[in-house]
Amino acid sequence: MDYSQFLAMKQEIGLLIVFLLVFLYDLFAPRYAVAGTDKKAVKGISMLATVLFAVFTAYGFCCSVTDNAQSVFGGMYSTTPVVATIKNILNIGVLIVLIQSMQWNASEAQATRRAEFYELLFITLFGMYLMISARHFLLFVIGLESASLPLAAMVAFDKNKYESHEAAVKYILTAVFSSAIFMLGLSFVYGLAGSLYFDKIAAAALQDSGLLIVAMAFVMAGIGFKLSLVPFHLWTADVYQGAPTSVTSYLSVISKGATAFAFMVVMVQVFGQFYSDAWEWMLYALIIATITIGNLFAIRQRNMKRFLAFSSVSQAGYIMLGVIGANEMSLAAMMFYILVYIFSNLAAFGVIQAIENKTGLVGMDSYRGLHKTNPRLAFAMMLAMFSLAGIPPFAGFFSKFFIFTGALNQGSVAMYVLVLIALINTIVSLYYYLLVVKAMYIAPEECEIANFKSACSERLALVVTVGGIILLGIVSVVYNSILTMTSSPL
Amino acid sequence: MDFLNNFQLNSLMFLIPSLFMFCCGVYGFLTRRNMIAMLISLELMLNAVDMNFVVFNRFLCPAQMDGMFFTLFAIAIAAAETAVAIAIIINAYRIAKDIDVKDLTKMKF
Repeated sequence: MDYSQFLAMKQEIGLLIVFLLVFLYDLFAPRYAVAGTDKKAVKGISMLATVLFAVFTAYGFCCSVTDNAQSVFGGMYSTTPVVATIKNILNIGVLIVLIQSMQWNASEAQATRRAEFYELLFITLFGMYLMISARHFLLFVIGLESASLPLAAMVAFDKNKYESHEAAVKYILTAVFSSAIFMLGLSFVYGLAGSLYFDKIAAAALQDSGLLIVAMAFVMAGIGFKLSLVPFHLWTADVYQGAPTSVTSYLSVISKGATAFAFMVVMVQVFGQFYSDAWEWMLYALIIATITIGNLFAIRQRNMKRFLAFSSVSQAGYIMLGVIGANEMSLAAMMFYILVYIFSNLAAFGVIQAIENKTGLVGMDSYRGLHKTNPRLAFAMMLAMFSLAGIPPFAGFFSKFFIFTGALNQGSVAMYVLVLIALINTIVSLYYYLLVVKAMYIAPEECEIANFKSACSERLALVVTVGGIILLGIVSVVYNSILTMTSSPL
Repeated sequence: MDFLNNFQLNSLMFLIPSLFMFCCGVYGFLTRRNMIAMLISLELMLNAVDMNFVVFNRFLCPAQMDGMFFTLFAIAIAAAETAVAIAIIINAYRIAKDIDVKDLTKMKF
């Protein structure tokens, strides 16, 4: 075997090194430097993990500039400029999540298992990398599982909170159920095509048989679960509400973004044009259901985390518009959408987390009159809501605009209808995003939340995310560089 | 012994039991209210998938070993899944003193 092949997996190996260093520090550093609420312990492990990951993120950017497309291990693993870019986008998101979680990680409840949070998080990210780079279904399944199993443990992280365990039970049981359905679909694909390589399945050019459609539906259901597309979304709200907020924000942006990209790779490379008649219509129905039902359920939520859960369900529908478009432009639009979604959603979660860490309140009603007591947090939340709703000139407007344009590029009447439905839903979503803004700015009551000074790390994360919301749309270099990248093959 | 010599194994003979097993798993998962019983049903489903892979490999494309390797990895993954799920169920039991899913109703709609 040629061991130099491992050199192609630069980002995976870099991430593993970060993981191992954090793990070894946790194992061998004296206890007072890891556990307890001593300031040294709090700073030590969190700073170590965050700084190491920041270095790794920078390294990832340097790699992606110089690297060419490579396919190793008999074609099971492949890395291209596009793949490296989506990994870099995810890295930025994870870095923000890490900075946001510092304050929560310093709390008393986290005293004994501070480092485990980072270890589990890095391993899930590693699984997502494999999922994105996989060109064989075995590697894909391994990536999918190592992304979802540690996540279940992370959801159950609040050991003393009942909700956390209820959420974890719901998550793990439905996750395993969906992955069993997914693997059954794979076994049918294997039976039909005789191989598990993406390109060989595509080259088999199977006849349109009933079994193939069943197999495809199962595969879509399995990945749709991870993306929380309607009708596979029922776990989303409960898990988002029960999990610790740091884990929720990780789940809602990073896990979703990685799976959306992997889903697109599977749909385009495996089922491709040969079977596009079948899967495009399935996805068409899923997108309409996802956007509409996600929006309608979000309207009646009063818990901020639950509210953002349903909002993220409908956002997943918009991301899927990039998959159904299936051309270069909608691929670029999808990647840009994921990037913008990471910034806007993390800004919203940053505010929620800052308030929850200080007061423990997550209800929308507690946010009434927030601008009087905490004007900066209210402002950041408002920008996040505007960006999620897609109001110009914030980044969310441009990402929606590009993704609609990409879908319309296909030119069929059905696509125009789909984009019209998505547009109408954008207006519905505006209503519920503005409910939050109304509660913060217009409601006359005295605010439950007294004025407080948020931690340094939380402020840093908020500045970065708000900066991203304002700048990403206007600085067109970002979208342009993604667009030039996607002209090269996947 | 004539009967045994002429007896041809057919892939359907394995696929139908494995699908039956899968459906039993789905049925059990949907009807059982005890979390451990649900976990057992999930194991049934995963094992049915493994059988499917082995059968397809043996009968349809014996030249390559894709299916066999997939099965080996799937077994390991299923074991990991069970371990995590049981750990979570034990934790839930410690707090709720019960492993009936009917009681997991604090968060709804």
